Amino acid sequence: MSAIAMSVPAGRRTGWRKLIGFNMLTGIVLGIGGWYLGHFIGDHLSGAGLAYYSAEAGENDIAIFLGYLLGVVGFLVGLGFANYPIRRLLGHPPALAEHESEAEGLFRYFTLNTDHKVVAKQYMVGIGLFFFVAGLNAMLIRTELLQPNVHVFGANQYLTLVGLHGAMMMGTMTSGILGPFAQWAVPLMIGSRRMAFPRIESFTFWLLMAGEVILLTTIFFGGFQTGWTGYQPLGAQGTAGYDAYIGFFALVGLSMCLFGFNLIATITVMRGRGMTWSRLPIFVWAAYATAWLMLLAAPMLIAALLMGASDRTLQTAFYIPGQGGSAYLFQNLFWVFGHPEVYILALPGMGIVLELMVVFARKPLWGYRLAVAGMLGISFLSWFVWQHHLFVSGINADLRPFYMLSTELISLPTGFIFLCAMGTLWRGRIRFTVPMLFCLGWMFNFLWGGISGVFVSDVPSDVTTHGSFFVMAHFHYTIMGGLIFAFFAAIYYWVPKMYGYNLNERLGKIHFWTLFIFFNSTFAPLFALGFMGMPRRVVTYNAAWQGLNDWVSISAYCIGLSMLVFLFNVVWSLAIKREPAPINPWNSKSIEWTLPTPVPVHDFDKLPVFDADPYPYGVEPVPAGAPAYAPAGGTA
Amino acid sequence: MEETHHWRNIVVLWLVASLIMTPIVIFVIGPGLPPGNGSVEASGQVTDNTVLLATATPVALAVLVYIAYACWAFRERTPEVVLDGPAIRGNSSVQFWWLIVTTTLVLFLAGYGTVRLLADGSGGGQGPNPIAVPSAPNGGKPLVVQVVAQQWQFNYRFPGYGGFETNQIELPENTLVQFNVTSLDVIHSFWAYELGVKADANPGVNNVAYVTTKGPLLFHVRCAELCGVWHGYMFDQGRVVPKAQFAAWIVQQKTKFAPATKTLPPYSKTYFPQPLRRGG
Repeated sequence: MSAIAMSVPAGRRTGWRKLIGFNMLTGIVLGIGGWYLGHFIGDHLSGAGLAYYSAEAGENDIAIFLGYLLGVVGFLVGLGFANYPIRRLLGHPPALAEHESEAEGLFRYFTLNTDHKVVAKQYMVGIGLFFFVAGLNAMLIRTELLQPNVHVFGANQYLTLVGLHGAMMMGTMTSGILGPFAQWAVPLMIGSRRMAFPRIESFTFWLLMAGEVILLTTIFFGGFQTGWTGYQPLGAQGTAGYDAYIGFFALVGLSMCLFGFNLIATITVMRGRGMTWSRLPIFVWAAYATAWLMLLAAPMLIAALLMGASDRTLQTAFYIPGQGGSAYLFQNLFWVFGHPEVYILALPGMGIVLELMVVFARKPLWGYRLAVAGMLGISFLSWFVWQHHLFVSGINADLRPFYMLSTELISLPTGFIFLCAMGTLWRGRIRFTVPMLFCLGWMFNFLWGGISGVFVSDVPSDVTTHGSFFVMAHFHYTIMGGLIFAFFAAIYYWVPKMYGYNLNERLGKIHFWTLFIFFNSTFAPLFALGFMGMPRRVVTYNAAWQGLNDWVSISAYCIGLSMLVFLFNVVWSLAIKREPAPINPWNSKSIEWTLPTPVPVHDFDKLPVFDADPYPYGVEPVPAGAPAYAPAGGTA
Repeated sequence: MEETHHWRNIVVLWLVASLIMTPIVIFVIGPGLPPGNGSVEASGQVTDNTVLLATATPVALAVLVYIAYACWAFRERTPEVVLDGPAIRGNSSVQFWWLIVTTTLVLFLAGYGTVRLLADGSGGGQGPNPIAVPSAPNGGKPLVVQVVAQQWQFNYRFPGYGGFETNQIELPENTLVQFNVTSLDVIHSFWAYELGVKADANPGVNNVAYVTTKGPLLFHVRCAELCGVWHGYMFDQGRVVPKAQFAAWIVQQKTKFAPATKTLPPYSKTYFPQPLRRGG
């Protein structure tokens, strides 16, 4: 296997000639070409005389969809995704690696690369970029809401910002933790040198990036007015900006689905010798539980969106009630995807928190099997709750008690995760490092996310809170307070190993405390605003609420400043100061910290053999052949 | 020995915190919870919110007290030496009792919510065939008001008064009102905040919600589902007024809109939605 890493083609190009070949630049050029070709064909398929040419907007949806399609195909071909299948069809022997040699330097990051560590870093930078773009949108939204009657943006621009913020955050952060950290850590943790399908691994990343760019093109086509949920028939009414929403989310869905499939395959078949299911680190379990959701939920989304695209181009009427369609159909399909989706966001964060708490409480994970049961339980139950988004919609009203029960039941496995985190702290030796602070911040925030979830899951209470700022505050507590805090915990924890340089701890602590304080100061008042009756996604509001809204906006700007501290830390520590990180700065007992820094392309000189559980804290040195587990219930 | 000590401290701290906070939640915060006492259903939601918050308070405090205590008591006191904590890998009885307690709480909340919901529908939209119908205060039939949502306003039709349509809403006090909510274009949501009513307005669907009004009241109606560019401006106000005043108002409105009523489509549970046109 290690020979793979050395399969560097002889006579590689140097200097500017490197740019000629299959890489991002070629991808962009072919992508733009593909867009124009698709648009050209689309225009000739459907002239202005046809009904689906939207004369008011001067846009042709068929041309736009074909442009997106061929643009993405061109981009991927330019990156070299067609090469391997074509080579195989022509009878060439299989090649196992692409662009893996370290000799290629930074250039590696702009190619189809099959090294899981490179893809992880691609994900980290790519996701980081769009996370900041989407965060900037949130700042603009809050700017508009400073005043109820003085407008910085027009109503249409404002809704486009709301939609861009929501859709981009959802689409990007779906891979927020798994993209960088599962790609990087899961193969190492299970003792594998790669993911099961390395080309698919790279494919999911570049597909996501293509999707993000498509979403941003909505700005040129009048934006979209539907928010990230894209409800129909409002979507059918929208200008061509809604096509960008469909294109984006369909690509994100495809990327998610393949990513989940790749993770399941990797964890199932690529585990090293001795790495039994009961020895998997808990983060791998979290990735596994999430992967099933990604694999199975995303097709729902893609189907729902393609039907919407077909309504807009082929004159079908899936969602158009006046012509026999149903507005409920989209809501139903969207939330069958949408509710598992929110657990796709939450579960990896739980995995990170448990994995890291072990290191910084310096104890084995408390209740390993309970934590696994919690993750699988959440994963399973999340399929049975989606109509709680539609409690007042009138759809299946008689089933509301069932959805209320199933939704509240999901707090049981979530409670398991909390219990395991709390148990891990019990009599530990807690070190308040930056990653640990973020984990504790996660517990605090997610607790309020869960408590507020009880209100929205309860039908009588949801009659008030549905569609209000309360719901908005609730899911920001679970996603931003949960996922994003875990995301930063993981960054501070793994970056020294991934990049080989320490992140500045003082700046890290400033980042944590400012983020924690201003996060709560931004979103806690939103619960109150929702309770007072402020609906979501409004461009104006009751003048009596201006004080609270201004407080929230100013706090939101402070979150922005806190993020700038983080950016500065990254640039300062990784690009300017460059203090080399020790092999194992956290004294972690997880396997990735035994590898050299930075981790070599082939990961392991010799594949590891696992003979004990992943958390040998308090029992060192681990005697060979010791049982993986001490009997439960022995102490404490 | 040491662990009994820690347990005792945590339990005592939690008990003290809960004994202070729970009454505050029930008696101080509870009455201020939304949506107020504007209608029977709204009062029911206040009770419901109070029960939820009172149940959640000790649970949240348990976690918070535990985390705060653990961070203080189990902090590393000798950071310069790397030492491990004890290899505790679980505790069956803690896990067992956690499961029992959380399951009981969840089943209680789900059961309570179901009972409350089925009693009077809690003001929520129940679709075309409502099962939770509250009984009218003085017997008799409910006053039917149709809410017709469209981009970007609510109109109200009174089928009991010749089916006229107006853009204002007044309701008589102490009356059971049946809202038939529907839409002419996209999905809206009829949210009469002080009445505790929220029902999505779906094109081609009749979504029924009930409310039993109390005394005179000014209430705000807002659209609670993103419905296009001017969603933020889709709001108005209504009033609950004494019955005599309502009778006068409705006659006045009926007369005022009589010419328009002739040109309206006849009253129906749903209307054939308008063809969709692209808009900004």
